[in-house]
Amino acid sequence: MRAPRLLSFALLLIGAAVVLLPFYWMVSLSFKAPDEIFTPTLDLWPNALRWQNYAAALSRTNLLLYLWNGTVVCAGILVFQLLFAVPCAYALAQRRFRGRTLVFGLILAGLLVPFHVTAIPLFLGLARFGLIDTYAALIVPFIASVFGMFLFRQAFAVMPAALFDAARVDGLSEFQIVWRIAFPLALPAATAFGIFSVVAHWNDLFWPLIATTSPDLATPPRGILYFRDRESGDDVGPLMAAAVLVVAPMVVGFLMAQRAFIRGIAAGGLKG
Amino acid sequence: MIELRNLSRHYGATRVLDGVSLTLEPGRFTALLGPSGCGKSTLLRLVAGLDRPSTGQILFDGRDVAQESPSERNVAMVFQAYALYPHLTVAQNIALPLAMRRLGRLGRSPLGALSPAVRRTRATLARDVRAVAELLEIVPLLARKPAQLSGGQQQRVALARALVRDPSVFLLDEPLSNLDARLRIQMRAELVALHRRTGHTFLYVTHDQAEAMAMAERIAVMLDGRIAQVGSPRALYERPATCDVAGFIGAHPINLIPGPPEGGLPPALASGQPAPERPLVVGLRPEHLTPAADGPVQGRLDRVAFQGDVQVLGLRLEADGTPLRATAPPDWPAPDAGSAVRLGYRPEHLHLFDAAHGTRIANPGEESSCA
Repeated sequence: MRAPRLLSFALLLIGAAVVLLPFYWMVSLSFKAPDEIFTPTLDLWPNALRWQNYAAALSRTNLLLYLWNGTVVCAGILVFQLLFAVPCAYALAQRRFRGRTLVFGLILAGLLVPFHVTAIPLFLGLARFGLIDTYAALIVPFIASVFGMFLFRQAFAVMPAALFDAARVDGLSEFQIVWRIAFPLALPAATAFGIFSVVAHWNDLFWPLIATTSPDLATPPRGILYFRDRESGDDVGPLMAAAVLVVAPMVVGFLMAQRAFIRGIAAGGLKG
Repeated sequence: MIELRNLSRHYGATRVLDGVSLTLEPGRFTALLGPSGCGKSTLLRLVAGLDRPSTGQILFDGRDVAQESPSERNVAMVFQAYALYPHLTVAQNIALPLAMRRLGRLGRSPLGALSPAVRRTRATLARDVRAVAELLEIVPLLARKPAQLSGGQQQRVALARALVRDPSVFLLDEPLSNLDARLRIQMRAELVALHRRTGHTFLYVTHDQAEAMAMAERIAVMLDGRIAQVGSPRALYERPATCDVAGFIGAHPINLIPGPPEGGLPPALASGQPAPERPLVVGLRPEHLTPAADGPVQGRLDRVAFQGDVQVLGLRLEADGTPLRATAPPDWPAPDAGSAVRLGYRPEHLHLFDAAHGTRIANPGEESSCA
């Protein structure tokens, strides 16, 4: 009993170290002076906590604007994704209508199509509407999420139908049932979906590179790119500081969402 | 008054309800009794407005409600698994139907607190919730979430949520089936008391004949998507309209013994009384067939089950080995298995059914009247 437990702990620790080491290295470098970074020896710990790299990262580029852009784009995408995916998933899971199986099949098929396949048609479409190089170009392509529909549909499908019948008897309309009953009960699924969505679009470099050119619309990853190419060259310290600032909201957000996630599961304890 | 006229419901080729007509008189407690899969829950959903009939009419006080939603019909319903909203407290669960009815969109939002009219409505709403909580003795639970309640408490909350508005009809879908046996008996009495106190029309779906007999003023027995018989518990027990109804009603399953093909009573049962000269099936309830030293029925004892208030005997007829159930008082000295036992019954306790159709034939001992 004890030995397998120790072994699994050891394996978990090794796994955690492998995953965390690059992050640790990034944080460590962000505090180091240039001469400390390029040494033949490997110093895991900086000599002193130096904040100059952070000051440089924030002053030399418009990093705060990039973070703001990332927030607007991710929030816009998530809000619209929920607005469309949740009612759609409810209809697929709890309503009977002609063609329901077909629609669900199409959604499953949509899950298989990589985004990159649709990138060029999307670009052409946005260009036709004159939306290239706007916030809309960064948000609109993602507002209908087949992944979200699938995830919420699975969550709604296991909810007892009697719950929704009870709501109908209590006088709720179908939309009120979606937002007042079904959605709060799917909060764990919503949290998971929120994490997936925000992380994916916060870190996305591919689409912002295609859809926008203006530096004022740069999202954080594109911002880092600017930073490195034009302003600071091989100045690794400020680059790492910028990377830390870009990653930090995701890490903090994830840790907070993780608590809500567990609370959501505990509170939503449905019988049956 | 609620009238169901010739209701049918089919899903594709499957016919679940077949020409059901039933009248629910105001203020009466009607049970819809039938085995699982007989269509009784479907019928309840049609009355509630959660499903639409394929053909037929549903009238509430003479008004055709076929196209109306459950809330327009103002029905209240208690579900088998209670269907409480897990994310709302008990008080919020009970208040929701009232809030949907009395408050507008603004009134239900946090902004509503700014309007004095909304505040007044909310105050009466809270009073009503409290009143119904007192009626069902769940006041201490109002702040809890459903997951923190026992099955019996959830049951009371579900009842409170249904009772809090003034419904046109109170629909209950096997509400006691998830409770343990002791609580079930207790809740039966409470439901009957609740019915008496509120005076609402109750339609109670159950597959448990003891529950229906104990609670309902009228029972509609449903078999295979049709209403087989409607009547008081006593009428169903004493004068079942068909073999199937007789088989369904009664704590101990009734003995159904086929008579000889040329007609008349089975010789093993007969004690010389007259009987119609046509093929019969004879029903005799175990509680009416008891050991008697000079009884006409000769059986051989297979087993005895002592149940406290009664002993249930499993026997075989001496003549042809037909299995038979009988009962004896608890102090009856049971002989060993395999012993011969003589049993007697009173002729008026015989139920005669037509062998071909299973319909009741008036016993020569009773007034012939077809209801």
